[in-house]
Formats: sequence, C-alpha cells, structure tokens
Amino acid sequence: MSSEVRFTDFKSDKQPTWCPGCGDFGTMNGMMKALANTGNDPDNTFIVAGIGCSGKIGTYMHSYALHGVHGRALPVGTGVKLANPDLEVMVAGGDGDGYSIGVGHFIHAVRRNVDMTYVVMDNRIYGLTKGQASPTSREDFETSTTPAGPKQPPVNPLALALSAGATFIAQSFSSDALRHAEIVQEAIEHDGFGFVNVFSPCVTFNDVDTYDYFRDSLVDVADTDHDRTDYDAAKELILDTDREYQGVLYQNEAAPSYEQAHGLTENMADIPDGAPGDAMDLVREFY
Amino acid sequence: MPADFNWAIGGEAGDGIDSTGKIFAQALSRAGRHVFTSKDFASRIRGGYTAYKIRTSVEPVQSVVDRLDVLIALTPRTIEENLSELHDGSVIVYDGERTTMKNATIPEEMVGLDIPLKRLAEEAGGAIMRNVVALGAACAVADFPIENLDSALEKRFGSKGSKLVANNKDAARAGREYVTENYEYDFEYDLETTDEDYVLLNGDEAIGMGAIAAGCRFYAGYPITPATNVMEYLTGRIERYGGHVIQAEDELSAINMALGAARAGARSMTATSGPGIDLMTETFGLVGTTETPLVICNVMRSGPSTGMPTKQEQGDINQMLYGGHGEIPRFVLAPTTIDECFWKTVEAFNLAEKYQIPVYLTGDLALAVTEQTFPPEAFDMDDVEIDRGKLVDDETIGEWQNEKGQFKPHALTDDGISPRAVPGTEAGAHMTTGLEHDELGRRTEDGEMRIKQVDKRNKKVETAQAEEDWSPREFGNPDSDILVVSWGSNEGAILEAMEMLESDGTEIRFISVPYIFPRPDLSEEINNAEEVLVVECNNTGQFADLLEHDALARVKRINKYNGVRYKADELAAAITDALTADSEVTA
Repeated sequence: MSSEVRFTDFKSDKQPTWCPGCGDFGTMNGMMKALANTGNDPDNTFIVAGIGCSGKIGTYMHSYALHGVHGRALPVGTGVKLANPDLEVMVAGGDGDGYSIGVGHFIHAVRRNVDMTYVVMDNRIYGLTKGQASPTSREDFETSTTPAGPKQPPVNPLALALSAGATFIAQSFSSDALRHAEIVQEAIEHDGFGFVNVFSPCVTFNDVDTYDYFRDSLVDVADTDHDRTDYDAAKELILDTDREYQGVLYQNEAAPSYEQAHGLTENMADIPDGAPGDAMDLVREFY
Repeated sequence: MPADFNWAIGGEAGDGIDSTGKIFAQALSRAGRHVFTSKDFASRIRGGYTAYKIRTSVEPVQSVVDRLDVLIALTPRTIEENLSELHDGSVIVYDGERTTMKNATIPEEMVGLDIPLKRLAEEAGGAIMRNVVALGAACAVADFPIENLDSALEKRFGSKGSKLVANNKDAARAGREYVTENYEYDFEYDLETTDEDYVLLNGDEAIGMGAIAAGCRFYAGYPITPATNVMEYLTGRIERYGGHVIQAEDELSAINMALGAARAGARSMTATSGPGIDLMTETFGLVGTTETPLVICNVMRSGPSTGMPTKQEQGDINQMLYGGHGEIPRFVLAPTTIDECFWKTVEAFNLAEKYQIPVYLTGDLALAVTEQTFPPEAFDMDDVEIDRGKLVDDETIGEWQNEKGQFKPHALTDDGISPRAVPGTEAGAHMTTGLEHDELGRRTEDGEMRIKQVDKRNKKVETAQAEEDWSPREFGNPDSDILVVSWGSNEGAILEAMEMLESDGTEIRFISVPYIFPRPDLSEEINNAEEVLVVECNNTGQFADLLEHDALARVKRINKYNGVRYKADELAAAITDALTADSEVTA
C-alpha cells in the first residue's frame, strides 16, 4: 500500500482553525510529507497530541489518533508503541505541553528511547489561552501574566534532551518546508526517540520570535561541517547562546531502542480466546 | 487442643521476618494444612516493629483472630505489641544471648523458651539462619514434622545451591533438638498433616495471575504500597506470554501509558493505591470519554494524604465512584476473597472491553498482603472466558463507516456500545479526544450531539445492568431478621464471626457485595430485615451511604479505621453490641 500513499492521505477533511499564518500549518505539512515519504499509511500510523493549539493536529490529520490531556502525550505514545511495535507512532505537542506541564515525561521519554517521533511546535507563547508566557519565552518577554517579562531564563529543550541521554536531537523551522520535512523524516527513520523542536511562529501573540527572526538568524548545520555523531560538538551548538541552529544536531545510532533492549516485537492485541495453554503452571508456582 | 494454631514471628524491619514467616506458611501449606497469614508492618526498610502471623488448621481458615499460641520474638517490643493476643500457656521463643533480648520480660503465665538462635545458626553455617533455627524450635513445640519445613526450605533456597539448603535444614534441626533436649514441657499442640495439595497466595498475586489469564499483556505502574506486589508478580511472568511491564516515572504517566496500550488494542492495566488514584484521576475522564477499555486496580490503604501507608482501610469508594470533574460512567468491582481477586480480575477485563469503559478493580491492604491456601482447582484456567466485545476487523469494518468511508468509533447504537477498531485495521483510521466528540471522534460543541454522546455513554451502564450478573454473595440464614452487609475483604472475618454468634444462638443473614457499581439492588432485603448492619473499614460508612440511598432506609454502621483489619472475634462482639445499641458502633 505504501507506494500508493500520498502525503494528502494524511490530511483529514476538517479545516484547521489555526490563525491564518500560524506556523503549525507548515509543521503539519512537513509531518504528513515525512510520514508518506517513509512508507507509512494512515492505518498503521498513530498520532498522539497534547493540549494547546498544537494539540488540534490530530483532528486535522488522518490516522489513528488520540488527543489526550495536557502534558501527557508522550506516555500515551509510549504505551501505543510498546503494545504494537509495528505502528508508526508520532507524538505532537507544544512548548507548554512538552516543556512545562509535561517536562517530567519529556525527560523520561528521552532516556527510555522508545522508537517514536516527538514533534514540538515551539512558538514560545501560550496561544490557545491568548498570550501568556511559556517555558521557552524570553526572559524579558512581556505578556498578560508577565508584564515585565518572566524574569527567568527560558528552558533549553535541546540541552534537557542531551543531558537526559537523547539519541536524536533536531531543530527545524516550519516555514523552511523542505528542510523541516527532511528533518522530521530523519527523526522517523531514527531507531529510537526522534526529537524535533520545531520553531512554529505564533503570528497573533508573539511579536518577537517571528518568521523574520528565525529566517534571519537560524544557522542550518547542514551548511556547516558539524558532525552529528560528535557529542561534544553537539553540546557546543546546543549551549550556544549567540545563535540558534536548525538541522540534526545530535544522533547516536548505537544505542538500542527500548523495544530492542526489551525484546518487544509482538502485537499485544493478539491474545488467545481463553487463558494461555500452560496457565496452570502459574497456579502450580504457588505450591 | 484448639482447632486452629496461631503463630507469629516479630522483630524489626530488616530482621527477615517476612521471608521467615513465608517459609513457615509454605511448610504448613505443603503439609496439607490451611493457612491464613497477616502482617503487622511499618513503611520502612529497617527498624520499627514488624510481624508475620499465621493461623493454620486442617479446616479452611479465612480470618485472623485475637490469639497467639506461639510467638518468636526477636525484640522486646514484639512481646509488648502482642500482649493482648498472648494467653496463659502461650510459648515465646527468644534468644536470651541477643543484646536487646537480655532484659526481655516473659509474662509469668507464659512459657519462655530461651534458645541461642544466633549461636546455633553460626554452628550450622551462618548467623543469618537464626530465624530458621527458630522455625525448627517451632516445629518441636507444635509437634510438626520437620520434613515439611525441609520442603519449604528447598523451595525458598533451592535456586541458591544445595549447600545452602543443607545448612538451613541443619539449622532447623539444631533448633528442634535444642527444645527437645532442654525443655521437658508437654506442649499441647499437635499439627496434623493431610494429603491435600494447596496453593498459597495473596490478593495482589491473585490479581496479577488473573490479569495474565485474562490476556492482559501490558502493565504500566509506579511503585506504591500495597499495590507494588501486583507489578512485581507480573514482572518476569507477563513476558512469557509476550507482554511487558513498564515502570513509569509517576502515576500520571502510568495511566497514560496503559491508555495508549489499550488504544493499540492490548488488554492493559495499571495498579496503584489511593494517592496514585488521585493522580490518575486527571486522565480517568479521558479514558472514559474516549471509551477506552482499561482496568485500574486500586489496592486501598489508609488515607487521607500519606495517611498510614502500611495500614488497612476501605476509604476510597467515594473517590472511585465520583473522582474527576464532569460526569463519566465507570464500573467498580471489589473482590471479597483472594480467589475472587483472580476471578474478578478476569471479569474486569471482559467488562472493560465489552463496554469500552474504565473498570476500577479494588482490593485493600488486608487482601493484598494476606496469604491464604486454596485447592488449585479454585483457579481452574479452563474456566477463564475471554469476551473482547465489539471488535471489528478488515471484513466487518464496512458496516461502521459513514458515506465517506470514515470509521465511527463513537457510533450511536441501541445498546450504547460502539464498534472498536484497533490500529492496523484497514480503513479504520480515526481519532478520539477528551473533547466532546461526534460519532467520528471529532470535537463538537453541538448541543444535540453532546446529549447523544452523554446518553450513549450512560446507556452502556444500563445495558450492563441488564446483561451482566451483579449478584452479591449470600451466606447464613436467609430468613434471619438480622442482615449484615459488607464489601471487600471483610467477608472472611464476618463468616467466622457468624459461626461464633451462631453457637451463641444468633443467626444472621450475610450479604457480601463484590460490586460497588453497578451494584445489586438490596432495597427489598434491607427493608425486610429488622436490623441491618453494614460493616466496613472506614470512618463514615461510604458503602452504608450508598445502601441507604438505594433502599431509602436507615442502616446501622459498624466501622473500623484504626488501620487494622477486622478480626473474627472482635467483629462478633461488635455485631452483638450493634444489635443492642441504638446507633453507630466503632470496633
């Protein structure tokens, strides 16, 4: 079936209610392209979405999907993937979902290294609740709840991931459609937890981290001699406070995925009609 | 000679109390005797006071009593803690050479056996075996063939080599011989053996075994007393059947992982206790509104907040029935015995999938940590039936698509139950959401569809009420004017209390309810009885409230909330008091 799949097959007939110009359109298009390019189809794909503008993505895409509670998308994706490793699992959320309420799950999902893809639409603002500071908002970014700015340093999600033992760390920009799709595709192809932080500008509530800002300032590591397998080189770019990068900053292909480490290959949905044939052995253990 | 024999070993946490007690319980079970165990323990790794207690008889035993015949005391506190249970002639085994026991006082009316446990153990190969020396001494006191203890030692240490097994057997014999050589008492106990084969297990283990039998293949959990044993049981066993246990970073994650696995089509479970249920409540509504089959096991302990983590309580009915914002139906099952923990687990998985609904399977600390003997046929795996409900496949999915070929996971049906397509099913791709949704699983704020979806979810409960058997368990004299109603783990103690009361001429009708919701309608039984006593381990009488609501009648309440399970003899007294009292009774 894969040869017949087009990226538009991943599009639902529901019209997005994102603001015109929202970065999430581009983020979603890249995800659909990457899924189609990697030979997936909607019936073997499971999208998990959190809460926020980003969380609506499950509605606008066509696949098996769950739109869950705020911040808990990664555990849901973990359960889906472990129960049926044949499925392509993609988890999508925003910077509030992933780096604020769900940051605990983020750290543990990174270190668990389940073979799934995590796309964070990072707009550095809470959009759905109409403009409050997010964990990636700049220190002096004035919002309705932080009139003088948060006065605390923003979370560096790439550094969190690196310190937690990530095996794939990437960053993309929703408006750089080609590169964004390529990077998400690489995350899907990675045998482990493929993490992509996507700059996905909010045109309504964030007048600082704009399309122009990212277009003018982002450095693509593909245009440099960066070696993605070099941990120290990746650390240097990730901790660089002078510039921001797009591309795959770090990849460790040697580490086994959680499923490989635990020998999980079976579809757990398949069970016998009664107790397993040798189940009385379980009873006899209690002699 | 008493029909039953009550034995305990007590000391500090870290003294190996639990494993020693388990070995003796195993020895008694392997000798064809019935065993019922209980534990006094504190939530700490070392120190404090902890005890493992065994009641054994050739007749079935299903409760603890306030009597101790033989106590192995490793600390003076062990004696102090059990003074009310010890009686004239009780035997106390202790090591007078142990520093802490040098000044221990043995009450005059009891028999103190001062045995150099540590020294004898060292002679047999290591001080660590001192508790086994004590077990050998217990064999001498109770006239219990030591070969049964050998069998239990082989089970416990067999995997660690024959040398260790032999040393332990020597240690046990050293203890036995020390008693026979140094004490000339004629102990009144004579523990007969039988040819019966029994298995010995606790409620957590029964739940874990039931889960595997029922086809549960995914378990996500976060360690918490007293539910951790469910997770530990499944670990290493569920893998044999292609399943997996994952330790999540917290309960928020555990329930979401379990939810994800269930969405992928696996029979999936998490187990926790009250504080974990608090956290899981965040996601509970999502499970319900997405109509995801999920079994959530709540092994209750004493609350609120951290409460008394290693103590008994049945205080979570309201939390399980009403927890979470908004309204969402759920089932709540509460097995009343250890073997029923197994069968209700199987039932919980069938109900969850058949009705696509979250099912609380609730045990409590008393059920969880108590071991009891059963004939293996009590867990006859041939009787396990699996009903996966309205699962559709590539062939049947067409019946549930709209004109555009889109699958309807929340299709409106007469019985309220929609078809279920698991990922991988061709043309089944669909979403679902915690937002109110339409038949396709997509967000809607349309008032009419909202009403239809709410009604549909509630309709499933009506369907289940009509189609499933929610009968309670009935005991005693059905014509008695005195009706005792209880739920959960109190059943065994009530049954034994009834025997005691019967010998005093009081006959009782007892209804033991394993279903909290939906539950049997007991209005008639309650209104026909002259006295209705509702027994539960909580302060307010949460189940009594439900019964009063159902029957539009008042009931008397017998409540216990000191953290200790009901004992048969105290319960008999409490029932007698309640029958003469005007209102509530606190045991």
